[in-house]
Amino acid sequence: MLHALHDRIGWISPGGVNYAGERLGVAPADVYGVATFYAFFSTTPRAARVVEVCDDIACLCAGAAELCKTLEATAGPPGVTSANGATWLRSPCLGLCDRAPAAMTRQAGTAPSFGRIAPASAALVTAALAGETPHDDGPPQIGGSPLRLLRRVGRIDPTDLDAYRGDGGYEGLRAALEMGPQGVIAEITASNLLGRGGAAFPTGRKMDAVARAPVRPHYLVCNADESEPGTFKDRVLMECDPFAIVEAMTISAYAVGSERGFIYVRGEYPLAAERLSGAIAAARAAGLLGNDVMGAGVRFDIEIRRGAGAYICGEETALFNSIEGKRGEPRNKPPFPVEAGLFGKPTVVNNVETLANLPWILRDGGAAFAKIGTPGSTGTRLFCLSGAIERPGVYEVPHGTTLGALVAMAGGMPANRRLQGMLLGGAAGTMGGSELLEMPLTFEDARAAGATLGSGVVMLYDESVDLTAILRRIARFFRDESCGQCVPCRVGTVRQEEALERLSHDDAGGRRTLDLTLLDEIGAAMRDASICGLGQTAANAIDSARKRLGCFAESPS
Amino acid sequence: MIELTIDGEAVSVTEGSTILDACKSVGTDTPTLCYLESLTPVNACRVCVVELEGSRVLVPACARRAEAGMAVRTDTERVRHSRKMVLEFLGSSVDLSTAPDAQRYCAEYGADSNRYGDERATVAQPVKVDNALYVRDYAKCILCYKCVEACGADAQNTFAIAVAGRGFDAHIATEFDVPLPDSACVYCGNCIGVCPTGALMFSSEHDLRERGEWDEGRQTRTDTICSYCGVGCTLTLHVQDNSIVKVTSPIENEVTRGHLCIKGRFGYTYVQNRPEE
Repeated sequence: MLHALHDRIGWISPGGVNYAGERLGVAPADVYGVATFYAFFSTTPRAARVVEVCDDIACLCAGAAELCKTLEATAGPPGVTSANGATWLRSPCLGLCDRAPAAMTRQAGTAPSFGRIAPASAALVTAALAGETPHDDGPPQIGGSPLRLLRRVGRIDPTDLDAYRGDGGYEGLRAALEMGPQGVIAEITASNLLGRGGAAFPTGRKMDAVARAPVRPHYLVCNADESEPGTFKDRVLMECDPFAIVEAMTISAYAVGSERGFIYVRGEYPLAAERLSGAIAAARAAGLLGNDVMGAGVRFDIEIRRGAGAYICGEETALFNSIEGKRGEPRNKPPFPVEAGLFGKPTVVNNVETLANLPWILRDGGAAFAKIGTPGSTGTRLFCLSGAIERPGVYEVPHGTTLGALVAMAGGMPANRRLQGMLLGGAAGTMGGSELLEMPLTFEDARAAGATLGSGVVMLYDESVDLTAILRRIARFFRDESCGQCVPCRVGTVRQEEALERLSHDDAGGRRTLDLTLLDEIGAAMRDASICGLGQTAANAIDSARKRLGCFAESPS
Repeated sequence: MIELTIDGEAVSVTEGSTILDACKSVGTDTPTLCYLESLTPVNACRVCVVELEGSRVLVPACARRAEAGMAVRTDTERVRHSRKMVLEFLGSSVDLSTAPDAQRYCAEYGADSNRYGDERATVAQPVKVDNALYVRDYAKCILCYKCVEACGADAQNTFAIAVAGRGFDAHIATEFDVPLPDSACVYCGNCIGVCPTGALMFSSEHDLRERGEWDEGRQTRTDTICSYCGVGCTLTLHVQDNSIVKVTSPIENEVTRGHLCIKGRFGYTYVQNRPEE
């Protein structure tokens, strides 16, 4: 509803809020509360054409700060409408880190449209502000061998259901329907597939818990709110192999006894939403979704929900609230989603990449899947390489490959550059140095090394990068993205950023020792007392950069 | 009954009790700010966190149901640290001058809000005075959600206010921040009744405080029954210098649970219609 209002005129007016409230039976104050939660929505008049310029960590390494400075000089400050009826805004990660710096255009109107500019330049952004349709360059860089999850990417037309079926598509669902719901769960449990969203929970166990839950209905949710800075693997899967996600959701729904599924696609991924929408429609027309899936008497359908610029909505319970039309504030756990999730009902929620493994497991068997990788970390894994790397992109490797081998696969660092540090797993992940290159990429090795694979981010920084600027950007990211519900995160992320700012500049106040102590104490409180994972991990990168890379060990020169 | 331990001491509580209930039953003092027995716990302030064996992070005592075999610790360094930091975070960003509970906790946990520098962000802003009955001073708001709950499904079902914005900019607002007279507000004053920090305050109290004349030591409290309708709500009249300065209702009262309507809360001026001197 708010999306519809915003898409039409580019902002949400008082009349729009009242109308939405009336139609939905919700008080205007609540509608306003929801509208002001999401970064995409403006409740003050805003230009119909907006260019979002990413200044997050990957783009920062690729000159985003200079790009924004140029734009401020030529197109005016962000948010101010120019003579040609357009404006630009700074944005958190757009998931285009392999082609940094990135920008995205959104045009409101009777036929709302979008486009992306990657890599972006001041000239291209200026042209987009003037109304030129940006062109999108080519398929993503992918690598790895043999490819499973990325097998069809760039090879098969993502809008063609026949091409998908001709390439082994829907064999997984066919096998699933033959073995029955319990058989499906048994195969997935045997595969030892662990969730790829960051928490590494066993997928089979989660599905089993929902399948057994006595309360009905059961819901299925695909978490496609890939917002971790530096991550773009789910975007590539959804844009280039959308039918695989639709098939995987159908398999999972069949196993847990769900007739209604939702896929929550982050607002920054309009092309992914468009491709998925097309895939869902094609599958429905072919009898692969709907009241009688594959003629097997199974009922299942999928609805797409678009995010609106909120990192926190990747947290599963915040995502439920967002689907329910509320502010995307996380809920306290327990109860866990398998007992009381979406609309208070048992819900299985999986990340896109996790789901993408299902058709393969069902077709080739859980035992075959468990043979790939290591016993503790089965299957292959997608990694998003960006920053100072020769060929940035998405790479698929079996678990157990060393980080160094992965980096080598992407061509290593550009000539004459030396590694200063790297970020693993995203803004909520770990900063480290070259010692991590020896690490086999598995859940257990990462844990042992005190690191995390998180969402598969591998971002390299050469010696030209100001790491403290990266850390400050991460701190600002958490401050901007905190939902504001709990005190440790709402105020802690602010105090953390303020302390980092002071530490990065002159030391005249003599606060250095105090500020370092504050960082430790703030981090501990956020980690221990925050409601959800956002606050609990908001100090990780800063903490690890200090411990492993010696950031702020000496006073700035 | 459910058996658990609080700081090593065995406790048994009824099914459905929270860890906070269990703590209270053995006299373990637990600070709370966003909790109120008449409202749904939102566990947003996190000042009541305790350590639970087997849990990676601390858990909110106010919302977490007691389970058999739980081993809870309330006196550890981790617990004290998180509580202290929460209080420092609030003290460094919010005006707690009319929040006696928060002040008491700050002293107890040694919270020093001045550590965060003079340039720190705060929620300081002008007082909102847009009606005759009560004022809203959001510089004193800790965002405990209680007023939103009392205005909404937990008591009044009016939904005039909600949390708007996000992160540090989150705040309580009517739609588009319109003044209260333009909103759905019915002036029941239940938001004032639940506010733990004095951010929402009777105009009578606000004006006396502004003049430096507010003095709870000189006030009496008298319980009576509201004279307006047949429900029979208990009113507590707060009287200073022979004038009613505030009307509340006891939270343990079975009829009101602490909530009133505009007549009971504000319709008292007729009893002190005194001839002009």
